[in-house]
Amino acid sequence: MAKDIQVNLVAADREIWSGEASMVVAKTSVGEIGLLAGHEPMLAILVPGEIRITQNDGQKVVATSEEGGFLSMEHDIVTVVVRDASLN
Amino acid sequence: MGAQLRVYRQKIKSAKTTKKITRAMELISASRIQKAQQRVAASNPYTRAVTKAVSAVATYSDVDHPLTRHVENPTRTAVVIFTSDRGLAGAFSSSVLKEAESLIKRLSDEGQEIVYYLVGRKAVANFKFRQRKFEKEWTGNTDLPEFSTAREVAAAVTEKFSQDAKEGGVDQIYLIGNHFVSMILQEPKTVRLLPLEVVEEEVAESSDIFPLYEFEPEVEQVLDSLLPVYIENRIYNVMLQSAAAEHAARQKAMKSATDNADKLILNYTRLANAARQAEITQQISEIVGGADALVTVSED
Repeated sequence: MAKDIQVNLVAADREIWSGEASMVVAKTSVGEIGLLAGHEPMLAILVPGEIRITQNDGQKVVATSEEGGFLSMEHDIVTVVVRDASLN
Repeated sequence: MGAQLRVYRQKIKSAKTTKKITRAMELISASRIQKAQQRVAASNPYTRAVTKAVSAVATYSDVDHPLTRHVENPTRTAVVIFTSDRGLAGAFSSSVLKEAESLIKRLSDEGQEIVYYLVGRKAVANFKFRQRKFEKEWTGNTDLPEFSTAREVAAAVTEKFSQDAKEGGVDQIYLIGNHFVSMILQEPKTVRLLPLEVVEEEVAESSDIFPLYEFEPEVEQVLDSLLPVYIENRIYNVMLQSAAAEHAARQKAMKSATDNADKLILNYTRLANAARQAEITQQISEIVGGADALVTVSED
């Protein structure tokens, strides 16, 4: 079983979601990217679209961002930063 | 009732009415400080994430970006002043304006031209009174700032910054606003927004160095879209701080107003009592004097 990643999904005025997850899928300016534990450190620009977080138990958290933002990954911590987003 | 007594009673009544108002405002502000502080706290994760990302990019690349480029001899500077919309908050707005005044003096001594952006009705009123020109104003929600306002301010100043100074643009941008230090202390603070100096506030906490990031798509594009976000965030942060400080300043001002009203009521009550006593004493001595006179007359 792969390790977990710590996910923080934050908007300008609040934290939307945070917790452990096994995978994060987000739409960057060059295409969709899926992040698993152990991914190399990266900083990517996000375009408007869905952000899908798969939790350990297989449950999915889906958020929609109207404006995009960016995503950073390091040491199995993913921070998704968007101006505004809402959980579906 | 004597004229003096009536005057005192009237003053007591007016102080009591004022006290009711100031007391209500004090309580309202007290409850809003909490909310304003929560808003500051709620925006912290975003601020942290944005700052960290910008520092990461700045540390691991020597990218020359228009927003970070220093001009050797700045000739024009933009100053954004954050005050409140409403008064009755003690020295809240005037301390910011005073701070702004000293910065303006320093900049004009250096021979710079200054462009003003104002947030809050108090700043606008001050500038209109002094007949100073300003570029743009935002009023109406300083006690509950919205992110959209911060974006408008950011867009306006960034656009000005990207223009050349000779064509009406600016070389530097300063923000001046109140900073919430504690419930009893709010300080005006000046920060330079552009050219950017990335403020890493929690260096000590995460002393491990940044990993080598992979950028997607390219460093330049990442920085291109990160910097405006960072600027918006800085402005929003100043606005939230200023809102929290405004409520705290108002609570403090209204508390001392209420205390003063209490003091006034106490003093006037004493004076009114003394006046009443004096009146009674006078009446008694008049009656006694009159009775004495009658007794003397009948004895004759």
